[in-house]
Amino acid sequence: MENYIVEMLNITKKFPGIIANDNITLRLKKGEIHALLGENGAGKSTLMSVLFGLYRPEIGEIRKNGEIVKINNPNDANDLGIGMVHQHFKLVDIFTVLENIILGVEPNTMGFIQKKDARKKVVELSEKYGLRVDPDNLIENITVGMQQRVEILKMLYRDNEILIFDEPTAVLTPQEIKELLQIMKGFAEEGKSILFITHKLNEIMEVADRCTVLRKGKYIGTVDIKDSSKEELSRMMVGRDISFTVQKEKREPGEVVLSVRNLTVQSKNNKNNAVKNVSFDVRAGEIVCLAGIDGNGQTEFVHALTGLQKSTSGNINLMGNDITNASIRQRSINGMSHIPEDRHKHGLVLDYKLEENLVLQRYWEPEFQKGGFIKFDSVRKYSEGLIDKFDIRSGQGPITIARSMSGGNQQKAIIAREIDKKHELLVAVQPTRGLDVGAIEYVHKQLVQRRDEGKAVFLVSLELDEVMNVSDRILVIYEGEIVGELDPKKITVQELGLYMSGAKRDNIKENNNGE
Amino acid sequence: MANNNDITHSKKYNIKNITKSSAFSSFTAALMAIFLGMIFGFIIMLIAAPEKAVAGFRFVLLGGLKRIGDVFYFATPIIMTGLSVGFAFKMGLFNIGASGQYTMGMFFALYVGFMMDLPSGIHWIVAILAGILGGMIWGFIPGVFKALLNVNEVITSIMFNYIGMYLVDMMIQTNETMYISTMARTKYLPQSVQIPSLGIQGSNVNLGIIFAILIGIGLYMVLQKTTFGYELKATGYNKFAAEYAGMRVKTNIIITMVIAGGLAGLGGALAILAPSAIAGSSMTYEPINRIAAAGFNGIAVALLGSSHPIGIIFASIFISHIQRGGTLASLVGYKPEIIDVVIAVIIYFSAFAMIMNAGLARLLMKLVKHDDKVPNNTKGAE
Repeated sequence: MENYIVEMLNITKKFPGIIANDNITLRLKKGEIHALLGENGAGKSTLMSVLFGLYRPEIGEIRKNGEIVKINNPNDANDLGIGMVHQHFKLVDIFTVLENIILGVEPNTMGFIQKKDARKKVVELSEKYGLRVDPDNLIENITVGMQQRVEILKMLYRDNEILIFDEPTAVLTPQEIKELLQIMKGFAEEGKSILFITHKLNEIMEVADRCTVLRKGKYIGTVDIKDSSKEELSRMMVGRDISFTVQKEKREPGEVVLSVRNLTVQSKNNKNNAVKNVSFDVRAGEIVCLAGIDGNGQTEFVHALTGLQKSTSGNINLMGNDITNASIRQRSINGMSHIPEDRHKHGLVLDYKLEENLVLQRYWEPEFQKGGFIKFDSVRKYSEGLIDKFDIRSGQGPITIARSMSGGNQQKAIIAREIDKKHELLVAVQPTRGLDVGAIEYVHKQLVQRRDEGKAVFLVSLELDEVMNVSDRILVIYEGEIVGELDPKKITVQELGLYMSGAKRDNIKENNNGE
Repeated sequence: MANNNDITHSKKYNIKNITKSSAFSSFTAALMAIFLGMIFGFIIMLIAAPEKAVAGFRFVLLGGLKRIGDVFYFATPIIMTGLSVGFAFKMGLFNIGASGQYTMGMFFALYVGFMMDLPSGIHWIVAILAGILGGMIWGFIPGVFKALLNVNEVITSIMFNYIGMYLVDMMIQTNETMYISTMARTKYLPQSVQIPSLGIQGSNVNLGIIFAILIGIGLYMVLQKTTFGYELKATGYNKFAAEYAGMRVKTNIIITMVIAGGLAGLGGALAILAPSAIAGSSMTYEPINRIAAAGFNGIAVALLGSSHPIGIIFASIFISHIQRGGTLASLVGYKPEIIDVVIAVIIYFSAFAMIMNAGLARLLMKLVKHDDKVPNNTKGAE
């Protein structure tokens, strides 16, 4: 009899139109890091929500140390020592780190909060596990990585022994990921048990002891990591072989499609310039990648490029037209498609139906409207075509509300919309963020296909693998400046890392301007 | 949820889809709110005067049926202000300024009625159009402030309620053609500017109700069928996505506020240009420094009708109906204020009836599930 600390047996959870968890069993041993792997929409988050008391399953039972327990809400979970770091942090922005950590379990006498003991405990914990935070800083002023540490400290402060991490690395820089994985290993050595939800196979191979794989709501299997391989895991997850290298032929770039000259853009947060005097070209039939660590001006640059933000100086030329001050619609008509960084904020109207989202860029075209009246028949037909062609999966087809779709399929919908629209330049900003390997492979294929069709592709990415595999040419941005123009075939990842961290730079302005 | 968009454009309707649609749940939520409000109202009537409660409550429930003309007459302005609030709300704007726009609409209509001499066939039409214009101006200003300077429309439009009301009171009091100072009201309007009556005996009901209903249906079409409605709702749901998709968000904010203002202004015009049931008289405006209640009733019916134009029409008629009934309840000795309490309770319940409704739906699902063993999950979910 193995020593399982938590067992989820035969869990079934249904939602209207979909079985999110179909007879799933997951057993967590004490002191192990157990990865939970699956595509977007495979049911990982649902399963964890069941464990955390956010959903109640129709069938199945949860045991702790062999005894059946009922978890009706997160408080029950907390009482059982189960803590969770959510993918989207649940922090109060205008509270300090300390206030957030004690939120809900404030130590008090007669209703007055006693912060002193709490502070001591928090400082102790953060030193013990190397979770550097400043307890008095406001959440809104600290980085995403630090916010995550606050979430982890919240669990530790509550003496949780079962820690759930829901895609914790999706928002972190490579350096922060490394630190986090170290911290997780430390927890496991301490005897804490960790459930690690992710779809990044490298991370699983690095830290996990065992891995349970789900596919389309069904239990596929549990494997020991030391007897397994990346290929096996991905086959279990997707149900077919996945290629990790992007297949693409060599191709000579054609005419200049996008030409940016001396572009300067002000930061969103302060009066400084986030983008400084940036110049480059993107040609037809090439994928140019803007690489860099998050927060080096990529967002501002893309916003200026796509018209969401005004630039301070410089100009942008698309297909021979000066679009520096053109409206977003004008840019779109001139041949720009844009897969935005934040698919919920910009990419979709989440309360609209899928079909309404699929025509978001085109509803005004004669194909979809006549005299101001939308031709819903055409919209339906068009979206059914796109759903088919791009394999967008959802509960109710075209009339599915976008909010209810899985992240991967939401992204597919955006990609379908932007790619199917007439365009010469595709701006793709972190298009694979938060997606699983199957979906990533799909997105990369689509990008390469655009390039092979002779479109210009401008990719903004934080993922080193993606930068190295997909692009034909790399521009490295550091503190708002282009510090290197590199050929992915000729440099190593380490070298690229040096450029991204600002340790190395070329003076490339001249040869870029010299047309 | 309250401002959810609803009708699927699918032709493959079936009863399951209808019960799941948010329009349906809004409808049942409204019914539930009304039901609870009525019970609560009855309890209050019981407490106030137990022996008269049954008779009084019967008046509240059914009294309006005997005054059906008046029900429609009093519903007309509330429909318009309700549509005004609901329409703006679809874009995520809270037009609390419907009162001011309504008052401006009244004034513009009165001005055309008294100060311009037009042939009788078109005089009332011009007056109505003037009323729309007045409301539009009063909606335009908060719209511009919101769109260009990002000033919260709630604040501006509250201010403009007061500015509009005092301005109109002042202009009427200083205009001798319009105002009788001894009576503290405007004069009777000339016959030519009164909206043709629908001819129901002893009631003020006129063509206005027909206009209001047609406009409600028209707005529904605009919201559901047009690119403008599509942009408007997209902006209301997610203005960042609307901007990303190249919609002119700022222009649309101004247009929406202008339309909302125009709707409320039309409400004012339709209210004041109504013929009176008493020969030789007409509706009058009393400059008594009070913000028009019609605007706030509009907020209430927009809430009760979930900002759905058709819902708002029914909500307005219902509110008007029990208001008439409440007036009649005074026949057995109740103060008409009691009906204001009942209405307030209904509105109050409608705000969270949605939540109760979701609970009810879950209960129903559970009951239904036992017969419905075939899970509805395979289609498209793969």
